Amino acid sequence: MLRIDRRTIESFDWVTLLIVIVIAVIGIVTIFSATRPLTEGEHSPFYIKQATWLILGVIALLFIVSFDYVWLSRFCLPLYILGILTLIAVYIAGKIGMGAQRWLSLGPLSFQPSEFFKLIYIIMLSQQLSIINGPLRTTSLFRVFFLIVLPPFVLLIKQPNLGTALIIMIIFASLILAKGLYKKVAILFVIISLISLPFLGNIFWEGLRDYQKNRIVAFIEPKADPSGIGYHINQSRITAGSGGLIGKGYMNGTQGPFRFLPEKHTDFIFAVFAEEWGFLGSFILLFLYLFLILRGLDTARKARDDFGRLLALGITLMFSIYLFVNIGMTLGIAPVVGIPLPFMSYGGTALLSNLLSIGVLISIRSRRFYLF
Amino acid sequence: MKSESEKIIIISYVVIAVFLLLIMRLWQLQILEGSKYKKLSEANRLRIMAIPAPRGIIFDRNGIPLVKNSSYYCASIIPGEFDNGKVETLAKVIKMPAEEIFDKLHKKSLSPFVPIKLKQGLPFQEVAYIESRKSDFSGLIIETDISRAYIYGDTGSHFIGYLGKLSPSQSKDPAFEDIPPDAFIGQWGVEKLFDKSLRGVPGKRIIEVDALGRELRMLQEKPPIKGEDIQLSIDINLQKKAEKAFGDRAGALVAIKPETGEILGLISKPSFDPNLFTRGISSHEWESLIKDKKNPMLNRALQSQYPPGSTFKIVTAIAGLEEGVITPETKVYCRGGISYGIWQFGCWRKGGHGAVSLHRALVESCDVYFYEVGKRLGIDKIYEYATRLGLGKETGIKLGKERQGLVPNTKWKQENKKLPWFLGETFNCAIGQGYVAVTPLQMAVLMSAISNGGNLLMPALIKDYKPESHGNIRIRRETLEIIKKALSGVVNEPGGTGWSSQSHMTKIGGKTGTAQVVQQKDGTRYLPERFRDHAWFVAFAPAEKPEIALAVFVEHGGHGGGAAAPIAKIAIEEYLINSKLNPESSSGQDSKLGIQNVTHRPQDD
Repeated sequence: MLRIDRRTIESFDWVTLLIVIVIAVIGIVTIFSATRPLTEGEHSPFYIKQATWLILGVIALLFIVSFDYVWLSRFCLPLYILGILTLIAVYIAGKIGMGAQRWLSLGPLSFQPSEFFKLIYIIMLSQQLSIINGPLRTTSLFRVFFLIVLPPFVLLIKQPNLGTALIIMIIFASLILAKGLYKKVAILFVIISLISLPFLGNIFWEGLRDYQKNRIVAFIEPKADPSGIGYHINQSRITAGSGGLIGKGYMNGTQGPFRFLPEKHTDFIFAVFAEEWGFLGSFILLFLYLFLILRGLDTARKARDDFGRLLALGITLMFSIYLFVNIGMTLGIAPVVGIPLPFMSYGGTALLSNLLSIGVLISIRSRRFYLF
Repeated sequence: MKSESEKIIIISYVVIAVFLLLIMRLWQLQILEGSKYKKLSEANRLRIMAIPAPRGIIFDRNGIPLVKNSSYYCASIIPGEFDNGKVETLAKVIKMPAEEIFDKLHKKSLSPFVPIKLKQGLPFQEVAYIESRKSDFSGLIIETDISRAYIYGDTGSHFIGYLGKLSPSQSKDPAFEDIPPDAFIGQWGVEKLFDKSLRGVPGKRIIEVDALGRELRMLQEKPPIKGEDIQLSIDINLQKKAEKAFGDRAGALVAIKPETGEILGLISKPSFDPNLFTRGISSHEWESLIKDKKNPMLNRALQSQYPPGSTFKIVTAIAGLEEGVITPETKVYCRGGISYGIWQFGCWRKGGHGAVSLHRALVESCDVYFYEVGKRLGIDKIYEYATRLGLGKETGIKLGKERQGLVPNTKWKQENKKLPWFLGETFNCAIGQGYVAVTPLQMAVLMSAISNGGNLLMPALIKDYKPESHGNIRIRRETLEIIKKALSGVVNEPGGTGWSSQSHMTKIGGKTGTAQVVQQKDGTRYLPERFRDHAWFVAFAPAEKPEIALAVFVEHGGHGGGAAAPIAKIAIEEYLINSKLNPESSSGQDSKLGIQNVTHRPQDD
C-alpha cells in the first residue's frame, strides 16, 4: 500500500512535477493579466482561487504519489461505479452552468464530476484491458465497450458534454490499439466503426444543443455569423495573431481585459498568453507541453507492467487531446468545443483532477523498477 | 505486431507532428499575418473620432458677422461594431426608417470604424432617450457636430454661398480624399471659393473602448484648428436694403468700390435661403428650387446676360469722342426717328428731341443722336471700345462660371450668321439693342472704370485685397469728364431720365436703360410681365469723386428710370452712410477681427 522507500525518492519524477508547476504558474500569471480591471476597481479573485487550487492540487498529487499505483487497480471498480453515479446525479440534479449540466454542488463547493470521471475511466479501462492476456478478442472488446465505454458516453452526451464524450471514445480507441487486437478483430472494429459512424454522427448531431451546432457551423464557415461564435473564433485569432513575434508585453494585452475575447481566462487563455508573449513565448510554452507529453509517453514505455503502461498512455493521450483541441480552436484550426487548456485554464476541478492524473503518472514513473 | 515500445514511439512522432502543425499555425498568425491582426486588435480597442473644426466666420466689410457656427447632436454608427441584425430595433429607437439606415450602412465608407452619421440635429430629449438605450447597440454613438447658420438668410446668398455634402463626382476627386463622407464643404459662392482656408483642420480624439462600446479613457486628443475668418468686401446693410427694394422682382445688382474693385454688394433676385443646405437639403426642396420658373439658383449678376439698352450709349459716346467723329458740341436733330431704306428707327420720344448735343443726348437718352454716332463710327469701332471697357469678356470674378456677354462686329457676324453686317444693325447696337448682351457685373465694372479714371479692375471679394487690374481702358481724361458730367446730368438736370434716383445726401451720376424684350406697339400699355422691357440703371456716386459704382438690372421691370434707378439710390445712400460710420481705418479693424487678409487666395474652380 503506502510504499515510500529510498528508491521511490531517488527515482521520483521531479522533472514532470516541475514542468507542471511552471505551466500552472504561467497560467495563474496569465489569468491575473486577463482578468485585470481596466479602470479603477477590484481585481477579480480568479488568480487567487487558482493559486489555492494549485497548492491543494500539488498536495493531493504528492499524496497520490505516495501510494503505489497498483493500488488503484484494486479500487477501480468502486471508483468507477461512484463516478457513473455522480454523472447520473449531475444529469438529475445538476445545476445549469454554461448552458449545460456539468456542475454538482456539494455544500459551498460545486464541481464538475466529469473532470474526475475521465481519470477514473482511464484507470478502469486500463485495468480491464491489462487483465486480458494477449491481444484482444471480439468478446472482450464488446464487453469492455458496452460495460465501460458506452454508459458514460451516453451520460456525457446527455449532459451535454460533447468534449469529454469524444475524449473517452478516442481514449478507448487508442488504448485498445495500444493493447493490441487480433487482425480479424481489428478489421471488424474498423468496419463496425465505419458503419456506425453515420448513425453515431446523427445521434451526436441531434443530441447537440443549438449553440453547439453553431460552433461546428461557425468553424466551417466563420464569416456566416460574425457576431456569434464566428465572432469568438475571429477574436481569438486576432488576439493570438496580434502578439506578433515578441508579444505586446505582460499586462499589456488588450483583447482579454477589454472583453473582445470571451472566455479569456478559461478556454481561451492561450490566446491571451500568445498576445502578451508573442511567438517566442508561445513557442517556449508549447515546448514545455511537448516535453511533458513526451515524458508521459516515455513513462508509459518504461512502466513496469501492462496496467501502468496503459494508464500512463491513457493519461498522456488525454492531456494531448485537450492540448491539441484547445490550442487548435484558439488558433482557428479546430472547432470551438468547450475544452480547457490543461494546467492553465481557470477552473479548480480541472486543475485538481489534472494534478491527480499527473500524480498517477509520476507514481508510475517513480516505481518503474519495482518488481512484485 | 509491433512491440509496445515501438507503438509508443510512433505515438510520440505523431505528437511531435501535431506540435509542429500548431507551431506552424502560430507562425502564420503571429509572424506572417501579425501586423494585420495587430491592426484589427487596435481597431477593436481604439475608437478614433474626428472633432469637427469650427469653420471660419465670414464678416462683411464693416465687421458684421454673416454666418455663425452652432453645434448640434447627431446619432452615428460605427459599421464595424454594429450588429446588422439590430437595424429594425435601432430604427425604432432613433425614429427613422430602417431602409434609410440600411442604405447608409451599405454605402462605402472609409473604414468600418469611421462613424456614419445616421440622423443629424437631434433634439436633446431624443439624445437622452438614445443614450439610455445605447448599451443595446454596440457601435451606436452620439456625436456633436457643427452646423453653419446664415444669419441673413437669403440676403447675399449668391455671394456668400452655402455648404453641402460632397457630390458623387467630388468624392472621386483626389482633392477631397481626406474629407469624411458626411462632412459639409463649401459648394457655392465665397464658401466654396475660400473653402480651404475657412475649413480649418479637424481634430482627433482617440478613445479606448471595450467590447461593449464603453469608453474607458481618452488616449489622445488633438484639438481642431478653427478655420480662418474672412472679411468680405460686401456691405451687408447695402445688400439687405437693396434686396428689399427689389421686392418680388427678379433682377441683379452689383456695386463696386471704384478704387479697389471690391464688390460692395452683389444681388441676384430671386435668391434662396442657404440655411436649407446646411443640414442636407431634401430632394423635394432641391427639386422645387431647381424647377422654380424664376430660377433662384441662377446668379443673374454674372451668369445671365441681357441687352444693355441705353446704358450702352455711354460706350457709344466714349467711342465717338475718342474717335473724333463727334465733339461735345456736335449737334444732331432728332425728329423722333430716322429712316434707313425701308426701315424706321424710332427715338423713344415719339415727338423727338429737336437739336441735341452729346450732353443732352445722354441726359435725355436720345436714340437718334446715337444712331448718328453709331453710323459715323461703324460697328467695328463700337466693338473696339466696348471690348476695351470690359464688355464681351469675363470680368475675372471667381464666384462662379460667368457669362461673357456679346459685343458683335462684322467679323463675328460673318462667322456666326454667315451674313454681311447691315448699317441698321449698327443703329440697334449703338443704343444697346440687337446683338449686344452684357451681364450686370460687366456694367458695374465698366462704371467703376469710368469712375476711377480708367482702371479696369478685377472684381474683388475680400476687403482690402490687393487690386488686380485688366489694365487701363486708355480713354482720355477729358472724355471721361464729359461723360461723368453728362451722367450727373441724367440724374440731376431737368428732363434727365434718371431723376428718380436723385438723392439729398449725395450727387449721383448714372444712366438709365430700357432693354426691349419684344417690339412694343403703340398703346399697349399693359403687357404681361414676361414681355415687359428690362430696366437698367448704371450709376456712381458721389459724382465728383465716386466711392461707389453700380449696375442695377430689373428683369421685365419696365423703364430703367422708374424701376431700377430708385434701387440704385437706396444702395448708394446706404453704402455712403455705412462708410461714414465705419471709416476706412482698415488696419485697426483687421486686428480687431484677427483677420489676415493677405492669406486668402481664392481657389480656382
